Amino acid sequence: MGLNEIKAKKNDLITYGIVIILFAIVAVMVATGMATRHMQSILVPVCINIILAVSLNLVVGFLGELSLGHAGFMSVGAYAGCLFAIYTADILPAAVRFPLAMIIGGVVAAVFGVLIGIPVLRLSGDYLAIVTLAAGEIIRSVIINLGFTGGAAGLKGTPQDSNFIIGFVVVLITMFVIMNFVNSKHGRAIKAMRDNKIAAESCGVNLNSYKLLAFVMGAFFAGVAGVLYGHNYSILTADVFDYNRSIEILVIVVLGGIGSIRGSIISAIIITILPEALRGFADYRMLIYAIALIVMMLLNSSEKGREILSKLNFRSLGSLLKNRGAKKEVQGNDE
Amino acid sequence: MDFLSNLISGLSLGSIYALIALGYTMVYGIAKMLNFAHGDIIMVGAFTIIVSISTCGLPVWVALILSVVMCTVLGVVTERVAYKPLRKSEPLTVLITAIGVSYLLQNLALLIFGSSQKSFPSIFDISSVHIGDLSMSGESVVTLAVTIIIMIALSLFINKTRAGKAMRAVSEDKEAAELMGISVNKTISLTFAIGSALAAVAGVFYGATYGFIGPYTGSMPGIKAFVAAVFGGIGSIPGAMIGGLLLGVLESLSKAYISTELSDAIVFASLIVVLLVKPTGLLGKVIKEKV
Amino acid sequence: MKKNVFKKAFAVAMSVMMVGAFMTGCGSKSGSDENVLVIGGSGPLTGDYSTYGISVKQGAELAVKEINEAGGVNGTEFKLVFEDDMADPTSAASAYATMADNGMQVGLGATTSGACLTAVAEAEKDGILVVTPSASQVECAAPENVFRICFTDPLQGAYAAQVIKEKNIGTKVAVIYDKSNDYSAGIQKAFVDKAAEINLEVVTNQAFTNQSNTDFSVQLQAVKNSGADLVFLPIYAQEAAYILTQAQKLGINIQFMGGDGLDGVIEKAGEANVSALEDVLLLTPFFAKDDSDFVKAYRDEYGTTPDQFAADSYDAVYAIKAAMEKSGAVPTDSDFNEKMIAAMTEIEVEGVTGTMTWDKSGEPDKTAYIVQIKDGKYVEFN
Repeated sequence: MGLNEIKAKKNDLITYGIVIILFAIVAVMVATGMATRHMQSILVPVCINIILAVSLNLVVGFLGELSLGHAGFMSVGAYAGCLFAIYTADILPAAVRFPLAMIIGGVVAAVFGVLIGIPVLRLSGDYLAIVTLAAGEIIRSVIINLGFTGGAAGLKGTPQDSNFIIGFVVVLITMFVIMNFVNSKHGRAIKAMRDNKIAAESCGVNLNSYKLLAFVMGAFFAGVAGVLYGHNYSILTADVFDYNRSIEILVIVVLGGIGSIRGSIISAIIITILPEALRGFADYRMLIYAIALIVMMLLNSSEKGREILSKLNFRSLGSLLKNRGAKKEVQGNDE
Repeated sequence: MDFLSNLISGLSLGSIYALIALGYTMVYGIAKMLNFAHGDIIMVGAFTIIVSISTCGLPVWVALILSVVMCTVLGVVTERVAYKPLRKSEPLTVLITAIGVSYLLQNLALLIFGSSQKSFPSIFDISSVHIGDLSMSGESVVTLAVTIIIMIALSLFINKTRAGKAMRAVSEDKEAAELMGISVNKTISLTFAIGSALAAVAGVFYGATYGFIGPYTGSMPGIKAFVAAVFGGIGSIPGAMIGGLLLGVLESLSKAYISTELSDAIVFASLIVVLLVKPTGLLGKVIKEKV
Repeated sequence: MKKNVFKKAFAVAMSVMMVGAFMTGCGSKSGSDENVLVIGGSGPLTGDYSTYGISVKQGAELAVKEINEAGGVNGTEFKLVFEDDMADPTSAASAYATMADNGMQVGLGATTSGACLTAVAEAEKDGILVVTPSASQVECAAPENVFRICFTDPLQGAYAAQVIKEKNIGTKVAVIYDKSNDYSAGIQKAFVDKAAEINLEVVTNQAFTNQSNTDFSVQLQAVKNSGADLVFLPIYAQEAAYILTQAQKLGINIQFMGGDGLDGVIEKAGEANVSALEDVLLLTPFFAKDDSDFVKAYRDEYGTTPDQFAADSYDAVYAIKAAMEKSGAVPTDSDFNEKMIAAMTEIEVEGVTGTMTWDKSGEPDKTAYIVQIKDGKYVEFN
């Protein structure tokens, strides 16, 4: 046990290291004027996607449950946080208002996580996926129909307080909380549950409360990411939080390796940059994006792809980035 | 009277959902994968009709055959290229790949046909059916009939034929089926071929009913049909039929009597309720957990 | 241990590769070339709304081509940079940044309102002139440096109610609108408010959303039962094509009327459905007249009939040209932006969407016509 913990700690430190080094490189580039405006414009979206991916990974990777409603929690958080910021814009200074907005957004999203989680977590697998997708779409429909959210025209007037540094700090906090949670007693219980539900249950792990805890925590950080998003643009519309957005986050998680925080972070960077880097291809941009997605998934999982990558002295991106590659394979044989 | 005409609207809408859901549920039931690209194969089928009739001037029956052949080939090829290498991977990986295929088809169609929707040639000339004051459009009557026929044929095929037996075996246990001398690859290919041919049929009726097809036409009906399939118990063929019809009726009635703008929220909410009461959908089989 | 090294190496290599590709992808910072004015615009070129973005792009492209063929303005050539924003604010912000990197000096904003608001927020900081063709939300033209070609949603809604009352086109009006679309919901709200004010009876409001915008049988049934004698459709042409063809199938024979979004419905509905469009009214500043030079040139270039999006952006580029001519500014001027913005309120543009002038608010002063569809063609209505 002790050895495992040390290993996990070391792994976490490497992840922090990578994130901090990347941040430092980007910060230097921005400071020296090497970064184009285009590049600067996607720094906050990268941070947002990292937070979303890491928090969804908690649900998909560690809990082992497929959720397609992450964008729904993001939107609830975004609206709550932004409404708070709009109403307190004249009263509170940005340094107080923005963190408060993030906490409020996170908490409201977490409350929705509880409300939705309690009934739907009784389901699992594809059924849970469709139900969370449905919940996300319900949230979107309701937001469009409410008056105080601005409806289809969108919510305007949120102070634009987001920036890369704040985004980076929130990323670090998210990583810290989720990584510690995963390595904690609760985290181990959740992993035990994912790997073998019945065995964990018979060892006295209370499935439902742990499931809910992880689900709600994921929702909380999705809400925080939503607030960060809302404060980055002058308008907030419900349409950007449709099921396609949830799918995009899921793509990041799966590409990075299910259950690997580091993988999620790196793949969030790649998936956010990819369509932007492809702007030069104009009309073919999204086509190439789709092909790249399929090829990455195939390379990532196929025997041949693994062979090719191992010949290049690289293992597949997924298992490279996740520290539990070997363990997963064992589990696969069980099924 | 109003209620009945709204009910008929719902049945017309539902029969389209049911037709799409049949293909969805078929692939899910056997191959155990959510084929997110199913809706886009419908779009390809419908575009094939438009090109062959409006552009090439082919007769309707040739166009219909072409459309079915096109979708079948597309389905089998995507299965071979994109899904087969992933057969041993986690289901999620396959799901994401299917989403990639869906994006690919949409964007290919966007490049080939442009962004604006194209009008679908009228291929059926059937007058509406009137009973008293009520009327149901000819297309809807035919769609409903075709959906029922396909449902029966599929059930017979799966339950009575050798290939159907193989499919059931593969769906229950791939390894055991392999040991019994069933070619899993061939069976899954056949499943995709049938599923995609059904998508072509759905594309034809979708086009005939609504009249317009664009690169993104398939995605929303695809999602709704997915919901319908889950509603009825995914994997169950009569379930897909019932789920589709119920979804259509529910959508129409909630538009008519509760709120036009919240109808989708109501449909999704009732899905959640149904699944909470009966976690495997209306006609879904309960699978025992194995230790 | 060795595995870890590879992990790290791979991760770092991958990131460096991505960032590298990204940097070179947009690193060609061209700055302002001596005699070139870079005009930047964005719109959805992929995704559900791509038909609007592509129209805007093509309209602007055509105008730029014509202007350059005629020798440019003040010895300056126009260059259009048009980026995909998928009608999404995030993408619109990075699209704007890409164009800024490419030396954009005048903007067309973004095609859709939500995306345009983010683009406009950036443009306000940069102080460049923005002439937005089609972003119809009021706030889009709020900054000093932004001017608009199309009508705002509230203006259009109120105007439609007024015209219906004055010309006695209908007495009991039903509205079918897209609740999830800002343009449609904006017009509907203003229409209903104005109707209440001038005693125009609105018998029913039937909504739909982008989650279900192909089957309108329930809404049409409700319209039929409401006893309306006019159906107002503040929506875009594609949805209108669905509604009109389905209304015909259901045997609903009520007068339909739409706003500028309805232009293009003839082409969208297709030849097979011409009869479904018979007698439909449009209240619009632009409609595609077969004999107009713009329509001919556009058809020659792209093989399709221009809609109001294309016409608006065509006019936007010509408005920029007029402002340059008026001010005599060239892109190398240090006060180019100020000169251009000042000139916008002094010009009069005879565009394809009408003759326009602007005041400081950035809103165009122009008129709309009522046209009627007869036999698949637009004719004047009186």
